[in-house]
Amino acid sequence: MISQFFVLSLRGDNIVFRDYRGDVPKGSAEIFFRKVKFWQGEEGEEAPPVFKMDGVNYLHVKVGGLLFVATTRVNLSPALVLELLQRIARVTKDYLGILNEDSLRKNFVLVYELLDEMIDFGYPQTTSTEALKSFVFNEPVVIDAARLPSLGPAALFIQGSKRVPGTSVTKSVVANEPGGRKREEVFVDIIEKISVTFNAAGYILTSEIDGTIQMKSYLSGNPEIRVALNEDLSIGRNEYGGGFGGGVGMVILDDCNFHESVRLDDFETDHYLTLVPPDGEFPVMNYRMTQEFKPPFKVFPVIEEAGPFKAEIVLKVRADFPATVTANTVVLRVPLPKTTSRVSFEMEPGAVGQSTDFKEANKTIEWSCRKIVGGSEHTLRAKLTLTQERNANIKKEAGPISMSFTIPMFNASRLAVRYLQVVKKSKSYNPYRWVRYVTHSNSYVIRT
Amino acid sequence: MNADNRKGELAELKGQLRQLAGSRAPGVEDLKRELYKKVISYLTVGIDVSSLFSEMVMCSATSDLVLKKMCYLYVGNYARGYPELALLTINFLQKDCQDDDPMIRGLALRSLCSLRVKNLVEYLVGPLQRGLKDSNGYVRSVAAIGVLKLYHIAPSSCTDNDFPVTLKALLLHDSDPQVVANCLCSLLEILSIEGNVSEAALREKESLLHRNVILSLLNRFKEFSEWAQCLVLEVVSKYVPEDAQETHDMMDVLDDRLQHANSAVVLATIKVFLHLTMSMADVHQKVYERIKAPLLTLVSSGSAEQSYAVLSHLHLLVMRAPMLFASDYKHFYCRYSDPSYVKKLKLEMLTAVANESNTYEIVTELSEYAANVDVAIARESIRAVGKIALQQYDVNAIVDRLLQFLEMEKDYVTAETLVLVKDLLRKYPQWSHDCIAVVGNVSSKSVTEPKAKAALVWMLGEYAYDMSDAPYVLEGFVQSWAEEDFAEVRLELLTAVAKCFFKRPPETVQILGAALSFGFADANQDVHDRALLYYRLLQHSVEVAERVINPPKQAVSVFAGDQSSEIKDRIFDEFNSLAVVYRQPSYMFLDKDQRSPFAFSEDTGSSIIGPQSPGREDLPSDIDARDNDLLLSAHEKEDSRAVSNGSHGYSSSKFHTLQEFTDSAFAPRSPSPTQPIRNARATPLPPAAVSSTAASPLLAVDDLLGLGPSASAEPFPPLKLNPKPVLDPASFKRKWGQLTVALTLEYTFPAQAMVGLTGPQPLVRHMQTNSVQCMASGNAPLKFFFFAQLADAPANTGFFLVELVVTTSSGLASAKIKADDSSLAPAFADSLQSALSKFGSL
Repeated sequence: MISQFFVLSLRGDNIVFRDYRGDVPKGSAEIFFRKVKFWQGEEGEEAPPVFKMDGVNYLHVKVGGLLFVATTRVNLSPALVLELLQRIARVTKDYLGILNEDSLRKNFVLVYELLDEMIDFGYPQTTSTEALKSFVFNEPVVIDAARLPSLGPAALFIQGSKRVPGTSVTKSVVANEPGGRKREEVFVDIIEKISVTFNAAGYILTSEIDGTIQMKSYLSGNPEIRVALNEDLSIGRNEYGGGFGGGVGMVILDDCNFHESVRLDDFETDHYLTLVPPDGEFPVMNYRMTQEFKPPFKVFPVIEEAGPFKAEIVLKVRADFPATVTANTVVLRVPLPKTTSRVSFEMEPGAVGQSTDFKEANKTIEWSCRKIVGGSEHTLRAKLTLTQERNANIKKEAGPISMSFTIPMFNASRLAVRYLQVVKKSKSYNPYRWVRYVTHSNSYVIRT
Repeated sequence: MNADNRKGELAELKGQLRQLAGSRAPGVEDLKRELYKKVISYLTVGIDVSSLFSEMVMCSATSDLVLKKMCYLYVGNYARGYPELALLTINFLQKDCQDDDPMIRGLALRSLCSLRVKNLVEYLVGPLQRGLKDSNGYVRSVAAIGVLKLYHIAPSSCTDNDFPVTLKALLLHDSDPQVVANCLCSLLEILSIEGNVSEAALREKESLLHRNVILSLLNRFKEFSEWAQCLVLEVVSKYVPEDAQETHDMMDVLDDRLQHANSAVVLATIKVFLHLTMSMADVHQKVYERIKAPLLTLVSSGSAEQSYAVLSHLHLLVMRAPMLFASDYKHFYCRYSDPSYVKKLKLEMLTAVANESNTYEIVTELSEYAANVDVAIARESIRAVGKIALQQYDVNAIVDRLLQFLEMEKDYVTAETLVLVKDLLRKYPQWSHDCIAVVGNVSSKSVTEPKAKAALVWMLGEYAYDMSDAPYVLEGFVQSWAEEDFAEVRLELLTAVAKCFFKRPPETVQILGAALSFGFADANQDVHDRALLYYRLLQHSVEVAERVINPPKQAVSVFAGDQSSEIKDRIFDEFNSLAVVYRQPSYMFLDKDQRSPFAFSEDTGSSIIGPQSPGREDLPSDIDARDNDLLLSAHEKEDSRAVSNGSHGYSSSKFHTLQEFTDSAFAPRSPSPTQPIRNARATPLPPAAVSSTAASPLLAVDDLLGLGPSASAEPFPPLKLNPKPVLDPASFKRKWGQLTVALTLEYTFPAQAMVGLTGPQPLVRHMQTNSVQCMASGNAPLKFFFFAQLADAPANTGFFLVELVVTTSSGLASAKIKADDSSLAPAFADSLQSALSKFGSL
């Protein structure tokens, strides 16, 4: 059982604080924050999510720019506590629409109501968004999403929080719509994070897709839903990067797991997932795939010396996906030799929505493109001035290049939702059903 | 907000609350809500708002639920500090406990139980009793936890009112799964604490593991929430099924839990599978294969924090079965987006799974990280390459890789690499030629880190023949003696200069003189003493000095520092707990009184002879408990916290084992020195009888001193023992409890053997080579629990259990042997004695 639960802002302010057992000294939040902020390790390390000090164990997760923390004195399952913290964050988000410092501060009494029911004397009770509804009496103060600084979808994918929706559905499960009645709708997002490493010769060293089918339901009366996936789907391929086996062109997942509401009766044969979706946001299915796929971007870097104190880097990016699809917020980062003192950039003629930056502090260039249309090619030339004459291989000093991007309405695995059926008797019932795809870079690295 | 301002604001709040208290004006509830919110927000940030207590209570006469809840929250926070004021709230809470709305009943009951005020307990019992019988599941589940809260405030009024009995009944029969789950956690916690003072409570706790309870929980398993499932699984993992069929049935029921999206459920299920199959080697192996894919999916599907928890467990499994994950090494490649704590774990995984078939790929990947911008990870990667090199036989390619690192000319890379090259050379001196050529090119100015500097200096001294400019490089170091801040480097420098002197005297003699005189003047005691020692040795004779300072070296085969297998097993027993993340058994990091309520017999033994019961050692039945104590506390001595927090308990348990030792050491034994094997008494005496008959210890020692180990004839055909028997501590203890002593055996270690027996480990390792495994061991006095199994015996049979106590002063060892088949005990005693006699003679 946990002793305390608290939420801290990244500045260390207590936003919510609940003591369940009274066996941990009062200053724990401050002690925790100081330890995390000044984590003693080697250069650039961050505090692990689980650590202990003076007989108190501290477990935390970072969500939405906030620290969700639990303390305990006993030998608990760390996975359980971390899952619970993540769940508390998700349930809170379900109720507030948006989870950030501002929304939490405006609604802390509601959050206390939730916490009262989710944990009793340190033991987790119910964490189902739906079951909690009958215990929540505060109206959420919903923060206007439009008032948030426009971050673009990629900004929501802050490091460390991998499980986030494709686009932000920022509706509270309890707040009423301005029109007075709730809109019947259900969202299904297929979110894929792809990891690809290219070697210096441009070949793929490793590639993996980690996907989630995420659902967010605002349907009244809890109807049963049927989600039909690809017919050419097969599961169970254990050897990383091994042969293709039988089905060429099939979608082969290495492994997957499911939310507990999912019934798999027809999964083996017909690839249906049947479920009664609980309220709020939850992952229907997580999957993992190492089957080969075509990487959405190919990068051709050229790094060469251009005189005793000069070097030149040419980056060419090719978008290998259909022209109907557009990637957002594409950023390439190239670490440069430590002796680089100045960089001048040459963009391609007619470049729109591109920007470049030389980060002096960590000697890195960043090239951002707001949009890249499928099939297009873009080039950037960077001229470096070095403070020392180089003799060793400059390629060893620059790189590896890393790339981040978001591609809406595209998924690399070809896993698809064929249809989404609401099983309900009434013929007139026809809720809005949204199926959306989005692909994010998780780790897209081009070695030099 | 400064203090004065705050005071003003609080006074204002107080006034406003007071005004609203009596008011029935419309809209007053909304005003109250705003004020309450302000109070709660102060409370959250840690401002003391206790001065508003009476006003808050006065305002709480309301039917508004939001207000009510805020009031409950406030009261719960301050009641403990202000018991008189808390009394004010009892009235309305009790009233609410009888409200028509079950939610209000539940809320009120929960708040009532959360007051944590001792003198209000009398108001609690009634509502709790009614709550447990409430028609509504929510109220009952609140009440079930309420019982636990009551127990923490006033244990006796909890047990006196038979609450645990009621909980047990609800556990088995309630229709609401959350009620069942809450009863289970309350009962576990209450009975573990009660178990410290009451045997009945201990038995009651063990009875939760009864087949009926386990089956009733498993039968409705899917009804439980995922958190309750974790709780139930934790309990089930302690259950020992009746037969293999039951094991299979249980695994069938739970198999789909491995596909759960919640990592806590998956890990709890894996724990059950691993523990159930502990004694079924082939199934156990299959479990490993089955859990691989789900674990890897969890690593990549959850948040970074969840990956961390899962990876920690994967690491534990990989250490036990590196082969199994050898082909999955690519899963442990670092991702650009991984936080450093995940990357570090992945590097350890790569180190652990490296074998002949994948080393090339892994080392290539690690070399990429060495050039990484993330310095911490670059360092770790280089260390990982070094570790792989040290654990492989074919290190040719790796050495090349390491030498390439030196050419990268990054200070931290060079530093880490030098340390590694030094370690490699100590293990594989044959590589000196290649390494030295490259190390010689390293500019000593670019090496700044003390460890790296010491490594470089060591190599200069060790390979002074091969490095032509060694004396001159050392000279440079000696000249900057005063600037060298680290004694570690200065010590190494003295030794290196001396070694260089033996190899190349004419070039080094002056440097040596300079180094020694710097050493004499050194502020550090060790440096000073070493310089003086070298000086005197050299004065005495250069040859002698060389023999002392630079003797021929043997390659190091294994570097010490790995955890003992016993510690690893203990961590494995605590699968799915913080112990795995910290890589320490829980007794090393928990306060003694904070052991998990889910721990079963492992800790019950020790708590029985905790500080509360100093008078119990006379009871013969407690001997088993003492054995449990040793099984638990074998390494407790290393746990300084245990000593400081519970010194009373600790010394009393030490007394126990001492007492027990004298009991068995003074036991009568055969006086005949001519028939050594006969001193193994074939009469199965209960332990109590052994301790009651005492003979002169001196006589016994004399007897045995006359016997050389070689005198032991072997009248029994030697037993064939299983070289790798498997027995988990719980089964060991059960067997130990069930079986009677079949034989006792005395043996005296010769003096030269005792020299090697400064701690339990040497004998543990020695016995392992004789197919006798150690279950637990303790140091003062030296005490061991061993077990062995007949070769070809079916699972769980043919075991021999041994308790061995050694007096370090006399070398006298006495063993109690228990056996599944006691007719084989004499033959086993023979093998045991012959194994013991070989100790120290190797």
